[in-house]
Amino acid sequence: MLKIAVIGSAQTVMGFKALGLEACPASDADEARKALKRLTAEGSEYAIIYIEENLYVQLSTEIDKFKDSPLPAIILIPGKDGSSGLGLSALNAAVERAVGTNILGD
Amino acid sequence: MASTAITPTRMVLNQLKGRLRTARRGHKLLKDKRDELMRQFMEVIKQNKILRTRVEEGLTAAFGSLQVASSIMSPEVMEQSLLYPRQSVELSVKYKNVMSVNVPEYSFTTKNNDPSEIFPYGFAQTSGELDDALEQLAKVFNDMLELAEVEKTMQLLAEEIEKTRRRVNALEYSTIPSLEENIKYITMKLAENENATKVRLLKVKDMVLQKAHNFT
Repeated sequence: MLKIAVIGSAQTVMGFKALGLEACPASDADEARKALKRLTAEGSEYAIIYIEENLYVQLSTEIDKFKDSPLPAIILIPGKDGSSGLGLSALNAAVERAVGTNILGD
Repeated sequence: MASTAITPTRMVLNQLKGRLRTARRGHKLLKDKRDELMRQFMEVIKQNKILRTRVEEGLTAAFGSLQVASSIMSPEVMEQSLLYPRQSVELSVKYKNVMSVNVPEYSFTTKNNDPSEIFPYGFAQTSGELDDALEQLAKVFNDMLELAEVEKTMQLLAEEIEKTRRRVNALEYSTIPSLEENIKYITMKLAENENATKVRLLKVKDMVLQKAHNFT
């Protein structure tokens, strides 16, 4: 059986813990990187990893490695300060990759 | 270009013609594949956009409630009440084949089916805001799962489209033109040889006739 994990600030992940997800509190990029490494290690059983937007900025190279593999799916979620629009930028990047230009017009 | 490296014989010509046929067919098939992938991709994008906005709104609201809850309750009590989750989620993944791309389909089962079971604490020492926050999180969670599926699908499709697009372009602008050029080169070379032979034969005939009958 596969599991779901959340990486983010302690306050963010706390709520998800109650829902039954695996919570990985990380206060800075280094901790998040370690958590990500552990979650994506060979033979791990995490299919979805939600990661807070502000951490993504520092970890983008690590995260982009998993873009082409079917597992795990790494999904950005807004932090406690609200959305910064980074999530939608992932969508635009995918469009740009597929089509060559951004055809969505934003 | 490549035309200098080939020998102008009938055998090579036939080989090249065969390759051109295959390339043309492959080009057409890949173009169809690209178009269909594109269509699916656009649908996925639309869905992704809707889900993304819904999830972000939901989460922002939930985090807001959580913030309020954490300002009402002491951090120790809060941590204590959320320390041992009663709920656990198990995920299973199936793969769906979309135009030779394996996209994941998630389905999850929760250990407790009762929606009120998400609260891992007694209600006596916690504030009502915490209940609200958890409820909001639980509600948005379904969308989050769907978002994960859609977003992964989007990424995988994007990769496949990129690959297919490159192949189509390589066939259209490089392979097929160079094959056509080579074929043209061989056909012309062969025609030239044929002409040369014909002219030579005519010349020989003239010479032979002149020798036999002294024609002028």
